Amino acid sequence: MSLDDATLLDIHQRMIRIRTFETEAGRLMEAGKIPGALHLYVGQEAVAAGIMAQLSNEDWITSTHRGHGHLIAKGGEYGRMFAELFGKSTGYCKGKGGSMHISNMDLGMLGANGIVGAGPPIAVGAAFSIKYRKVNNVAVTFFGDGASNEGSFHEAANMATLYKLPLLLVCENNGYGEYTPQANHQAVVDVADRAAGYGMPGVVVDGMDAIAVYESAEAAIERAKAGEGPTLLECKTYRFFDHVGIRGMGLAYRTDEELQEWQKRDPIYMFEEKLAEQGVLAKEAATKLHETILKEVQEGIKFAENSPDPDPATLLEDVYA
Amino acid sequence: MANTEERTLTYVAAVAEAVEEVLNEQETAFVAGEDVAGAGGVFGSFRGILEKFGSDRVIDTPISEEGIIGLGVGSAATGLRPIVDIMFMDFMGECMDEIANQMAKMRYMFGGSAKLPITILTMSGAGMNMAAQHSQSLEVWLCHLPGLKVVAPSTPYDVKGLIIAASRDDNPVFVVLNKLSLRVSGPVPEGDYEIPIGKAEIVRSGSDVTVVTYSRMVSESLKAAEELAKNGIEAEVIDLRSLQPMDSDTVIESVSKTQRAVVVHEAVRFAGLGGEIASQIQERAFDYLDAPVARVGAPFSPVPFSPVLEQAYLPNAKKISAEVSALLG
Repeated sequence: MSLDDATLLDIHQRMIRIRTFETEAGRLMEAGKIPGALHLYVGQEAVAAGIMAQLSNEDWITSTHRGHGHLIAKGGEYGRMFAELFGKSTGYCKGKGGSMHISNMDLGMLGANGIVGAGPPIAVGAAFSIKYRKVNNVAVTFFGDGASNEGSFHEAANMATLYKLPLLLVCENNGYGEYTPQANHQAVVDVADRAAGYGMPGVVVDGMDAIAVYESAEAAIERAKAGEGPTLLECKTYRFFDHVGIRGMGLAYRTDEELQEWQKRDPIYMFEEKLAEQGVLAKEAATKLHETILKEVQEGIKFAENSPDPDPATLLEDVYA
Repeated sequence: MANTEERTLTYVAAVAEAVEEVLNEQETAFVAGEDVAGAGGVFGSFRGILEKFGSDRVIDTPISEEGIIGLGVGSAATGLRPIVDIMFMDFMGECMDEIANQMAKMRYMFGGSAKLPITILTMSGAGMNMAAQHSQSLEVWLCHLPGLKVVAPSTPYDVKGLIIAASRDDNPVFVVLNKLSLRVSGPVPEGDYEIPIGKAEIVRSGSDVTVVTYSRMVSESLKAAEELAKNGIEAEVIDLRSLQPMDSDTVIESVSKTQRAVVVHEAVRFAGLGGEIASQIQERAFDYLDAPVARVGAPFSPVPFSPVLEQAYLPNAKKISAEVSALLG
């Protein structure tokens, strides 16, 4: 591990925040307390944490339907996030977006997105804006293996390389496009191979290893800021839960054995093993941190539960500026 | 304010002049689209713009409409004021997700935290033998989407004033241009002026019937009105200019006076904007009406290629005056 202790602890915290938030959110959804559907990020934490640890609020990201993890890693507050999931007026989107559109412009988060593949073209716009304004920032677009089959991804990849935009295209390949295994939705094994078609580097990285993600992203960010253009970073990862909700085992479209194999490589577990080995954080301290964060998350839930619903009079607000 | 000296420009030259005004005024404004830079636009709408502002601000894009709209959305949300060009309105099919699900809704979905000052220029209309995929009038697709504004200039004067207004608006504004009007000349003041979005203009006063229209059908309606005047029928012609928001008040006020209305557009009549306008008239001015609201629009057919068929397809002054005459019976 070449990263300094502070960075390692930062990444670690971001991962636990996501895991805890998502687990609680899933529990509340299953209990019928959160309306609508949640696409949870559990299992993929290393990707968001490894990348967001290097971004500032002036670096823009676009997210996906599985977007809570990205917002938490970018600095989202539990209370305002839960409030949004509950549809409350204190939510980041005043209850008008919900899980699939949760966003925070102040944190540089251009929204989760209910449309698979819609983010990359928007991120191209954000990256163009960074270049146009001559500021030293990057844009990052997160998307899945499924989205890499959408035309929007290909148009964005081409434009980003053509204009040498400061952009990272981060494919979180969790092996499934909704319920369809990757092998049944694309002939390529590595989405990163597609980068060659656009004249940009394509890098495959272990998406369960936050340090590997961090280091690959670091190189891509450096490249982007040097004006050399985008990188396609494919993070091989896994969704511990179902496409929607918190069920993990007993799913018709994948085996329990497959899940268990991936769970052995749980990104948080592996990271904590390393932290303990390196003497950065003892196991007991890690456990304590989980407890502290759980309390904070529960405070956030309380804030959301006690928040008022939106006033129906606000229905037509913000359709136009 | 606009000075009124009688300098004339073509409709297409007014586009270029407006874009030039906007790029001069706003440092964060840029133009992007297919063939807008090196070629100056396939219709000449951007002639000379690259030379004046350089390739950092005037950008040729790949043939990637979804990418173009995404470029607009992402750059606008992060502080720029893009002008993007969708060469033919028919190509909206290629980018409708970025228009309908992203651009139109982002501000609302984000609880008002995002601002999307985007001007989208696009070319509509038939009459140039470009057949079914390069001739449509699809403005109703846009008007149906909360979050978007839509204007449809009928004259060179309106082109310039509405593009400038669109560029200063903090919302996505579609400027639906008309390709058969490109070579039409009209007075256009030099310098900066703005036509308010959401305000219609009465382009001809009359007392017998109100013709509500926009875009190229304004000139056809005015021709029809001249014909009708020979038979003693005085038509009041309203150019909506702005389709979303729509200035229904001006329409209602006029109909309350004339007590008859015909809505005219080049778009397909069925489920066209005319249905909405007719409905608003009956909701708000039912007691004033002496006859049902009539509609003139294209038949329920793709735009044909053959010049003969295309002329049969298109609404025109003759069809408008026939409809008005029938209404006045």
